[in-house]
Amino acid sequence: MVRLPYTTALTTLFSYGLLFAFGQLRDFFRKFVDWFKAKNIKGYAPICLGLEDFYVRRLYLRIQDCFGRPIASAPDSWFDVVERTSNDNNKTLQCTSNTTRCLNLGSYNYLGFAAADEYCTPRVIESLKKYSASTCSVRVDGGTTKLHAELEELAARFVGKPAAILFGMGYVTNSAIIPCLIGKGGLIISDSLNHNSIVNGARGSGATVRVFQHNSPAHLEEVLREQIAGGQPRTHRPWKKIIVIVEGIYSMEGELCKLPEIIAVCKKYKAYTYLDEAHSIGAVGQSGRGVCELLGVDPADVDIMMGTFTKSFGSCGGYIAASKEIIQHLKQSCPAHLYATSMSPPAVQQVISAIKVILGEDGSNRGAQKLARIRENSNFFRSELKKMGFEVLGDNDSPVMPIMLYNPAKIPAFSRECLRQKVAVVTVAFPATPLLLARARICISASHTREDLMKALDVISRVGDLVGIKYFPAEPPKIAEADHDKLE
Amino acid sequence: MDMALPVVNATAAVFARVSAAFNAPLARAVVFGVHIDGHLVVEGLLIAVIVFQLSRKSYKPPKKPLTEKEIDELCDEWEPEPLCPPIKEGARIDTPMLESAAGPHTIVDGKEVVNFASANYLGLIGNEKIIDSCIGSLEKYGVGSCGPRGFYGTIDVHLDCESKIANFLGTPDSILYSYGISTIFSVIPAFCKKGDIIVADEGVHWAVQNGLHLSRSTVVYFKHNDMASLASTLEKLTRGNKRAEKIRRYIVVESIYQNSGQIAPLDEIVRLKEKYRFRVILEESHSFGVLGKSGRGLAEHYGVPIEKIDIITAGMGNALATDGGFCSGSVRVVDHQRLSSSGYVFSASLPPYLASAAVSAVNYLEENPSVLANLRSNIALLHKKLSDTPGLEISSHVLSPIVFLKLNKSTGSPTTDLDLLETIADKVLKEDSVFIVTSKKSNLDRCKLPLGIRLFVSAGHTESDISRLSSSLKRVSASVLSDY
Repeated sequence: MVRLPYTTALTTLFSYGLLFAFGQLRDFFRKFVDWFKAKNIKGYAPICLGLEDFYVRRLYLRIQDCFGRPIASAPDSWFDVVERTSNDNNKTLQCTSNTTRCLNLGSYNYLGFAAADEYCTPRVIESLKKYSASTCSVRVDGGTTKLHAELEELAARFVGKPAAILFGMGYVTNSAIIPCLIGKGGLIISDSLNHNSIVNGARGSGATVRVFQHNSPAHLEEVLREQIAGGQPRTHRPWKKIIVIVEGIYSMEGELCKLPEIIAVCKKYKAYTYLDEAHSIGAVGQSGRGVCELLGVDPADVDIMMGTFTKSFGSCGGYIAASKEIIQHLKQSCPAHLYATSMSPPAVQQVISAIKVILGEDGSNRGAQKLARIRENSNFFRSELKKMGFEVLGDNDSPVMPIMLYNPAKIPAFSRECLRQKVAVVTVAFPATPLLLARARICISASHTREDLMKALDVISRVGDLVGIKYFPAEPPKIAEADHDKLE
Repeated sequence: MDMALPVVNATAAVFARVSAAFNAPLARAVVFGVHIDGHLVVEGLLIAVIVFQLSRKSYKPPKKPLTEKEIDELCDEWEPEPLCPPIKEGARIDTPMLESAAGPHTIVDGKEVVNFASANYLGLIGNEKIIDSCIGSLEKYGVGSCGPRGFYGTIDVHLDCESKIANFLGTPDSILYSYGISTIFSVIPAFCKKGDIIVADEGVHWAVQNGLHLSRSTVVYFKHNDMASLASTLEKLTRGNKRAEKIRRYIVVESIYQNSGQIAPLDEIVRLKEKYRFRVILEESHSFGVLGKSGRGLAEHYGVPIEKIDIITAGMGNALATDGGFCSGSVRVVDHQRLSSSGYVFSASLPPYLASAAVSAVNYLEENPSVLANLRSNIALLHKKLSDTPGLEISSHVLSPIVFLKLNKSTGSPTTDLDLLETIADKVLKEDSVFIVTSKKSNLDRCKLPLGIRLFVSAGHTESDISRLSSSLKRVSASVLSDY
């Protein structure tokens, strides 16, 4: 967890307070100016009333150029960022035709499949010529091709479950599956930092939702005991079923989930477990099989395993792997399977080829090399950043590392200065993170070479000094290897 | 009688003594000039007892929280339901497997069939130009975009696609989503919040229903495609409401309803919307690229200026033969979604090759508007040939590319209806190699429209394909429905 020092908290709150005050002042003057201008549509309520979009108008728009930067090449380890200009103080941005070649520390490209790959791309192009870009129909009508069936089998085998089902988008996978599994009269207990798709799915299902403290099996046990003993709210009837939803790697913290303890608690209280491995499948584990392999959990102990193909496999879409009966039930009732256009066949082929490379079934050991490289890269980068004195979150072996910024002024400073020095980073602020805990998030890829990482470290260290985010004392550079391991 | 008399005598004596005590003045007890009679003593005692009772604490059974042991017992006793219900006997679980592209002719389970199950309205599956542009994209950008739009997932082809669609439709701006059905269920919650009023058609499909549910607004449904019902609903909702300035009001309709093939009368809807001051959200997945002289959708078809429709959404998985979706409208509408639409902000962006496929598809449509005439003549021909099918009737609009056939006479239960229709579809596929499908319904879907056979007509179908379908359908339905 993040330990926020008092002085930093005070200065951050002061900064936000100042921004808020200025924003209110400008809104006040804007009201006067608008009084004289004619209102354009009479009788219709405005799309956003009053303070609903205050944050967007007064805080976000000032630093809009740090977000949504367009690129003009594949999101590989080096890419071309399009330069944008603004004539009205960042309210609108126009793209120019100039691009800058930058080091990519922001895309989810954990195993380096983002750009054209020597094994995958020829097969993808072949499948495009055979099946065309889309099937134009839903899975149950005319949208199931041999590729879809092959991928479902392969994904199930890769993850270690009996069967799997495919969807064209990771977000829809969560939002449309959870209502099929649980309804009114059921209880969903989800981690406090779960992704928006899980929150939407839980809300759409109609079940009661309770939250447990992030990654705390003790609090989960407390919540479970209280809820089972108390029953449904007001009627106190026993719950129909309980599902506990956790993620493998939390994308804003870079932490791994405490999976063995949580599974033990769920088994004791007969709750079902749902594991969302969007960021961890393919990126962690000895052979890339995700958090279960890394932490030594048997996949049969987790009832439902969900994952996406966007991050480590360089494609799009999501899957659910579970027992045969659950998958049959989902195939008959899940709305995303019955109403949504099936996944595009070239994207399916990309995932099949990527999994074959990872498993080594393409006849080479590129998969094992990639997995080893991403592990090495993440551990090296994280330890170096910590040595420099940055506050870095996350566990070892996780390729996601957030660097804490806290102060709202440091967000654009860090982002723009890094871009000027040709390193593209991602900065995240409210509402994706709590208000005081703004951060820069680095995603390491297997395609980064050692030189790339050294350059990144150099730039980040210089910018960190300029901006003032080295919250911890830096370790002196002449430190022996043995001591360095002890301090990890 | 003997025993009774002494008892009676004794009781009478007691009564006499008590009444004497009551009524006898106590000579010595004169307090403040008031004679203390016997009954005053009794009343005084009564008051004392009442005061005593009132002053005591009322009995509340003590609140004992459950002990750890009791919680343990409850947890041990509790049995959850199984995660999924058992599979029903005889449920159909196998789907037909395609072994080639889903064009007008395709290979299903090893056999060459005529395909009426893919919404390939303009016949763009297999189009050379589109495939070439996809190949160029794949070689340049790879397959996935590896990030959400806010974090380096915006690729220049996305921006090109957005401006192309906005130019084509004639709207100021548009925004791309990465999946067809996520478009509508992200757009509705972005604009409609708790306390707003939404009037929706009761025949909208599941994605719209999900969006309405997630928005937490008050939703009122009107009868499917019935303008009188819509007018009366709007009248009822606006009559009592004086706080009109703060509440946002929306009408949600589809242009061509997936569940019935009806077309919404847009001119009437726009007239009503302007009268009662509602905004319109129009879902155009099946009419974009199909209706209108040049394929610009329902607004062109009815001659309504495009500015009058506030929000247009569509999935690109139908006429444009690609994937993903878009939403189009004024600059304010589109900009608002870039930060508050969950399917846009929290999800990876559309793969770049699909965006370039969309651009090529729109280019093709602009250059070859004759493909729309082909589609229209195919639909008309199909209507003509299927008008005398025994047992089935066409219930969709004459211009809709989704031709909806439902049973003339329902058997009474939806499951037997569905069984009959699926038997017809299976036989048509097995005996005559024509691939048709029934409409599917999830148990989470609350639309109550009847199920039927859905035929998706494409501009790539030939006359012989349509003749084959109609003769096969007539033969099979005659044999299957002869008993009903």
